[in-house]
Amino acid sequence: MPAPKTYQLDTLSLHAGQQPDSEFGARAQPIYFTTSYVFPDTDHAASLFNMERAGHVYSRISNPTNAALEERIAALEGGVGAIATASGQAALHLAIVTLMNAGSHIVASGSLYGGSHNLLAYTLPRFGIETTFVKPRDVDAFRAAIRPETRLLFGETLGNPGLDVLDIPRVSEVAHEAGLPLLVDSTFTTPYLMRPFDLGADLIFHSATKFLGGHGVAIGGLLVDGGKFDWDKSGNFPTLSEPYEGFHGMVFTEESTTAAFLLRARREGIRDFGACMSPINAFQIMQGMETLGPRMQRHMDNTRAVVAFLDKHDAVEQVVYPELPSHPDHELARKLLPNGCGAVFSFELKGGRSAGRKFIESLKVFSHLANVGDAKSLVIHPATTTHYRMDDAALRAAGITEGTVRLSIGIESAEDLLEDLSRALRASQKA
Amino acid sequence: MSLEVNGHKTYAYTGNHAFDACLPTVIFIHGAANDHSVWALQSRYFAYHGHNVLAVDLPGHGKSAGDALNDVATFADWVKALMDAVGIEQAAIVGHSMGSLIGLETAARYPAIVTRLALVGTAIPMPVTDALLETSAANDHAAYEMINVFAHSPRAQIGGNRLPGAWMMGNSMRLMERSANGVLHADFTACNSYRGGLDAAKKTKCPVLLILGQRDLMTPPRAAKEAAASFSNARTVMLDGTGHSLMSEQPDAVLDALIDFLRPKNVTAA
Ligand SMILES: Cc1ncc(COP(=O)(O)O)c(C=O)c1O
Repeated sequence: MPAPKTYQLDTLSLHAGQQPDSEFGARAQPIYFTTSYVFPDTDHAASLFNMERAGHVYSRISNPTNAALEERIAALEGGVGAIATASGQAALHLAIVTLMNAGSHIVASGSLYGGSHNLLAYTLPRFGIETTFVKPRDVDAFRAAIRPETRLLFGETLGNPGLDVLDIPRVSEVAHEAGLPLLVDSTFTTPYLMRPFDLGADLIFHSATKFLGGHGVAIGGLLVDGGKFDWDKSGNFPTLSEPYEGFHGMVFTEESTTAAFLLRARREGIRDFGACMSPINAFQIMQGMETLGPRMQRHMDNTRAVVAFLDKHDAVEQVVYPELPSHPDHELARKLLPNGCGAVFSFELKGGRSAGRKFIESLKVFSHLANVGDAKSLVIHPATTTHYRMDDAALRAAGITEGTVRLSIGIESAEDLLEDLSRALRASQKA
Repeated sequence: MSLEVNGHKTYAYTGNHAFDACLPTVIFIHGAANDHSVWALQSRYFAYHGHNVLAVDLPGHGKSAGDALNDVATFADWVKALMDAVGIEQAAIVGHSMGSLIGLETAARYPAIVTRLALVGTAIPMPVTDALLETSAANDHAAYEMINVFAHSPRAQIGGNRLPGAWMMGNSMRLMERSANGVLHADFTACNSYRGGLDAAKKTKCPVLLILGQRDLMTPPRAAKEAAASFSNARTVMLDGTGHSLMSEQPDAVLDALIDFLRPKNVTAA
């Protein structure tokens, strides 16, 4: 007998976590724009504070609109629950501070978004948390970098800027052998392209600012718990398996077998560090998520068209995209990302910095800005913007060259994108 | 608390409270392939409101060692052994699904020790389909997938959980997946082979509360009707639109029904 079906991605994207509002029947998710919630009586209030009843007390800790978004991403990822945070950065921070203390250590892929790299390389060491960076393709390097005080392995599903595909099945095996969880940043892939929990990851975070929202109007982060990691058995996580003075001596792994991590993240991390999401942002991100499937498919269709176009173009030295046989992770991508490798990638323009400048300035449809994952197509030329102070050697050390251009392909008409690129490429070579 | 029952390390959640001999005790018993955490909110409430709480992990489940037992009578003897090990003479029992059968059999075998009995999501008898028996015997993940769908109301399969940020379907799947091979099948064997339920109901002397889910497909409300009529003192609370996972689908409604049933009423000052 075949097992009965649960709902699939496009259905969950529209429905998970939300029932028509019980008061007025509103079909859309209401925005509960409130800081606090009236208690029916003092007993009920006490029970809410003490986690004997389910509900909301204060919107820093939880909010009904945020809760619907949290449930939705957990459903899409196949996790046990989630916490919405003020930004993707806040989600990464929340994961780390929930798991470890000063003196702890992280092993991370060296191919990370700049903001994540800043947090791990410069900021957290001030608080006694050190990170060893390894090449994401070198699974043995993850193993070799683990120390007794290591508490987390971390990487991006698709690394920055070379789109290194993280070998989640093998890296998670290394993590689990050492009694450690694997956290992945799934911003570039979204649950449409990959479900990291199915591959072995334990925790996922998203910059919901990007593809989940899709509209580029709201900053937000989501931290999702897969619910599989056994914190008790690992013995490495006293924050979860030993009494917490800050909540009546609660032992989180006794309170919840599957979601101890989330419980502590909410009862301590969101409560004390306070990087919660505004319910307005939660609503906007949910609006975006409703169309995640159709949008991502269009992102992929357009990206494939642009990659094929650039790959054959005379003005282009090289396109870095895992679906191309020239990419070092081509085989791995076929296995882990059969539906596409995201809509953000780089290519090398012939003609150096001046060609890059001319190219950017000639584009009409692509917006020149510092973001990715918008429904609109975006472009940036690091050598003349984010990295303009660097000489060529320093650029190379950062994995880019003076001709590197990063594109984030949107969902406009593919012909218009190709025409825009074609004109700008021609102009760049006349520079 | 961690203690030894029948020679095996046994875990019971006590809501962070040390045992107090002056307080009444409530024993919470989970269902197949589950553990104490299905009672998280309800058990915590009673621990903070004048009761000792023992939300147990049955043998071979959760943090408790030992082999899973595959018949309800043996489970009932285990409950008695647990009470002896803790040193309590009487307790109220709250059981969900298979746990409800264990509570029922305990009350019938040892009438003197069970003060009140709450059966949550119960069917008496509790036949298990061949598909579930076969897939669970083969430790086939499809068994968990079937249960997860059958055990949640249509509403719960979409979500809108009262517990902020929790995805019920994911939680219950992950909890079941933690079971060792053979545990689900032993549990289902216990449920399926328990024939003494209606007799036990007739023998039960203590007050009984049934909390049933109107949309429960695992233990449909009609399957509890005959038993409900066989108790000498039973009341039924039916929760609208609710499936078999009553404690997570309707945590407050289950708690309120239990409070009403278990809290000492009309306590007069001495
Ligand atoms: C891959 C990746 N992770 C994390 C972040 C940080 O997210 P946020 O800007 O929402 O804090 C970004 C933002 O650019 C990103 O691209």
